[in-house]
Amino acid sequence: MSRPEDTLAADIHYDDVEARKYTTSSRIKNIQASMSLRALELLNLQSPSLILDVGCGSGLSGEMLSSVPADEGGPHVWVGMDISASMLDVALQRDVDGDLLLADMGQGVPFRAGTFDAAISISAIQWLCNAESSETSPSGRLSRFFNGLYASLRRGGRAVCQFYPKNDAQRHMITAAAVKAGFGAGILEDDPETKNVKLYLVLTAGGSADGGKGQDITGVVEGMDGVDVLDSRRRGPKSGKGEIKKGSKIWILKKKEQMERKGKIVKATSKYTGRKRRVQF
Amino acid sequence: MKVLTLNFLTCAVKTCKASSDSFPLHPKDAELVHDDLEINPQLLVNVLPRLDWTALRTTSTELGFPELPEQPPSAETLEADEAMLKELHNLLVETQMMEGKLVCGHCGHEYAVREGIANFLLPSHLV
Repeated sequence: MSRPEDTLAADIHYDDVEARKYTTSSRIKNIQASMSLRALELLNLQSPSLILDVGCGSGLSGEMLSSVPADEGGPHVWVGMDISASMLDVALQRDVDGDLLLADMGQGVPFRAGTFDAAISISAIQWLCNAESSETSPSGRLSRFFNGLYASLRRGGRAVCQFYPKNDAQRHMITAAAVKAGFGAGILEDDPETKNVKLYLVLTAGGSADGGKGQDITGVVEGMDGVDVLDSRRRGPKSGKGEIKKGSKIWILKKKEQMERKGKIVKATSKYTGRKRRVQF
Repeated sequence: MKVLTLNFLTCAVKTCKASSDSFPLHPKDAELVHDDLEINPQLLVNVLPRLDWTALRTTSTELGFPELPEQPPSAETLEADEAMLKELHNLLVETQMMEGKLVCGHCGHEYAVREGIANFLLPSHLV
C-alpha cells in the first residue's frame, strides 16, 4: 500500500473527501477497533481514567475508550487531538463522547503536568517523521511531542502508540526520541514478519505504583499469552563471531524459517541443506 | 469542550511554559451548553486529586457559576456526598463550552473555540 506520509502533510492529506472515506471504510474501522482494543489491553486500566488520544482523527479509537463496560474499568473519558480539521468535522458529525482539540502533536502537548492517566495513539506518530517546512525538523518535532507527552502523563502512567514506520531507521528514530524524553520504551510486535505486522510503542512515564512492576514493556506484557520477550539490554557482550554470516548454514535455516512463517512454500531441510559443494575439476 | 478539559489546558506557546500565568486559560465570550450525561462517580474521585482547585474556582466564576467552596473536598467526603458529586459532575462534565475564545494570561494569545473544538495550532514563529 502507498504511504500517504510520503506525499502530503497530514492536515492536507486528510481533506473532507479523504476523511469521509477513511471513516466509512469498514476495513479501516475494523483494523482501528482491534488496534485500539489491543492498546487498551496493554494500558491495563483498572478504573475510569482520563486518556489522551493523539491523532484521534474521526474518533474511531476514542469510541472504543468510551465503550469499555463498567466491570472492566470503564467508561473512560478521553480528550483527542488531531491536526486535520476535516477529520474532526467527521468526528463532530459522528457525535463522539470525547473532547476534541485541533492541535499539531509536533508542536507539543498543551496540557499541564500530570494531567492524564494514560495516552493512546493509533496510526499517527509516524507522521512526526515528516517536516513540512524548513523551520521544523523531524527530530525537533519528535522531541517536542515526546517531551510534552511525558510531562502531561501522571507518574506511572502509560502510553501506547501504534505506528507504521517506513523503515528501520524511522522505527529507531521514534524509539530513541521517546527514550530521550525519559520514557521507559519498548516495542510490541503483533504478527511479526508478516504483511499485517503491527507495531506498538509501549511507553511508561516514571516509576509505577504497583511495586516496581510495569516499569517497562517487559512488565507490561508479563502474564500475557503468546508474547516472546526479546530484551536486548540483558544480552551480554556479543560473543566472538557476532552477526550471522550471510550464506552460512545458520543463515539459510533462518531464512527458510522466515519464509515458512510468511506462508511461502519452502523445501524440506535435510543433511545436505547449506552444505558446500565438492570442488570440481 | 468540557470544563474538566479546561482545567488541564495550558497555553501551547513555548515561552509561556515557564510562566504561572499561562494556566488556567481564561474563557472569553463563552457560549455554554448543558449536555445530559450519565454520572460516573469513580471517575470524579479519580480525577479529584489532579484538579487544580484554585483554577477551577477561577474558571467557574468566569463562566458565571456560583462560587465553589475554598477548599476542595477530600475523596471520602466526595464519595459520601451525593449532592456534591452531582454538582461537580454538572460543572465538570455536563457543561460544555461551544463557542468563544480562550485567552492566555501571560502572552495574551487567543485560542478560538468553535463547535466545541479549540484551535491550538500555532503559527510557526510562536512554536
